[in-house]
Amino acid sequence: MEELLRRIVDNNLIVWFVMALLPLVWIVPYALVAVYLERKVSAHMQDRLGPMRTGGWHGWAQTIADILKLIQKEDIVPAAADRKLHLLAPFVVFIGSYAAFAAIPFSSAFVGSTVSIGLFYVISVSSIVVVGLLMAGWSSNNKWSLFGAMRSAAQIVSYEIPTALALLAVVMIAGTLNLQTINEQQAGWFWHWYMFRKFPFVFVAFIIYFVASLAETNRTPFDIPEAESELVAGYHTEYSGMKFALFFLAEYANMFAVSAIAATLFLGGWNSPFGDVLAGPVWGLFWFLSKGMFFVVIQMWLRWTLPRLRVDQLMYVSWKVLTPWAFACIVAIGAWMMF
Amino acid sequence: MKEYFGNIFRSVWTVLIGMKVTASHLFTPAVTIQYPDVRLKLPERARNRLYVNMDDCIGCFQCDMACPVDCISIETVKSLPTDDLGTTSTGQKKKLWVTKFDIDIAKCCYCGLCVYPCPTECIKMTDVYEFSEYDRKNLIYNYATLTPAEVADVKAKAAEMEKEAAAKKAAAAAAAAQAKAAAPAPPAAPKDQPPASPPAQPHP
Repeated sequence: MEELLRRIVDNNLIVWFVMALLPLVWIVPYALVAVYLERKVSAHMQDRLGPMRTGGWHGWAQTIADILKLIQKEDIVPAAADRKLHLLAPFVVFIGSYAAFAAIPFSSAFVGSTVSIGLFYVISVSSIVVVGLLMAGWSSNNKWSLFGAMRSAAQIVSYEIPTALALLAVVMIAGTLNLQTINEQQAGWFWHWYMFRKFPFVFVAFIIYFVASLAETNRTPFDIPEAESELVAGYHTEYSGMKFALFFLAEYANMFAVSAIAATLFLGGWNSPFGDVLAGPVWGLFWFLSKGMFFVVIQMWLRWTLPRLRVDQLMYVSWKVLTPWAFACIVAIGAWMMF
Repeated sequence: MKEYFGNIFRSVWTVLIGMKVTASHLFTPAVTIQYPDVRLKLPERARNRLYVNMDDCIGCFQCDMACPVDCISIETVKSLPTDDLGTTSTGQKKKLWVTKFDIDIAKCCYCGLCVYPCPTECIKMTDVYEFSEYDRKNLIYNYATLTPAEVADVKAKAAEMEKEAAAKKAAAAAAAAQAKAAAPAPPAAPKDQPPASPPAQPHP
């Protein structure tokens, strides 16, 4: 992709700019569809219909109308807020979740950056989100926002450990941190995917990663940072208009980012499940996006199934269940590889 | 240790059960109906907007008296003996012009107590429930069928008839007094002088 662009325009800056914007071409329409899908999935799980009017057929234009409304809204900054931080926070949050897409291979022909430490980069850069959330909570000068931000920081920091350990299990087998190489190693039929290798240890690592990634994206059942019934909306209580929309976009981008990493490391990324059938750069994009969307839908499914965890239960799950089990997986896989 | 593994197993298992429940609901038909397009059928005896069939109204004030919130206001005028107001569908002869029959539906409490006493069954509850208005005044429904000109006409005629009747009565009273005066003097003077005109009769 990069070479193709270089052939069209011989200017490094333009090429980089286009390469950096390409994931956004997917994320913005994806967020529109995902918000609509979330409302529809939740509605039908509760035997309702969800939005049905806007745009005619089953309210398909509802999120477009919502975005139009948010654009027109007044941007309110509370009088007592720390103005600079308040304005900066949504951008930091979005940058944190968007930066992760730089190293995620969308297809065999398109990856933003072929860094050899891709996975390490993704894990570390997505931690910037925590800084943004703390900024938002602190600068709002609202006790609920601050509570939400602090809970969110505590939660994300704790859950980064099982996440990283579960991913480490795959890195041990792959022997590389380059996400594109990890993808290439899983070529062939679907039983070549890392999820089904060294069964059941990598599979358990996959489950651990998925549960921990739910907590990292503040999704139910780990949504105590934005628990509506206790904290109004957590760290983004005081945001309105497009800044609120940016938080929302960041949340959905984050959902897709963790799903994309799960798909890349455990489900073969852009590899076709049927060996060489339906393979190729364009089909690769299709497989990658559908695997990512599959996990996004499962996240929604879980959200509308499970109640919220208590703070102590949240910490229990992270420190007493996921972390030791992830360690056990690493030890077992290491032993398997040695003998 | 046993409890620890039991807890993990149970949580994973119950999460799967929960996901099965929600997934099954994903494919059950929704209970929501698309209201303005689709409406639920109302029960047979649902009480909603009041309707008065003025062809059958005899102006008896029974509904007005029954109403617990006084939302019905009626005014009637006597008809001349020569007028023919027709009969109701129950065969009753109508004797009064109903010059005003207003129902303030904003006050109505939909109790239906006005429906039962109606001798001709002309006031009834319908199944219309969408009658919101931007102005509260529009919720006062005028059921009277007479035009203002007709109302003035029947009022004038009724007043004339009353005057004639009063004059007749006064004449009769005067005649009686004369007859009395001609007769031997009674022990006490007649106390009751007939009034110039009988008091107006708003109610029959």
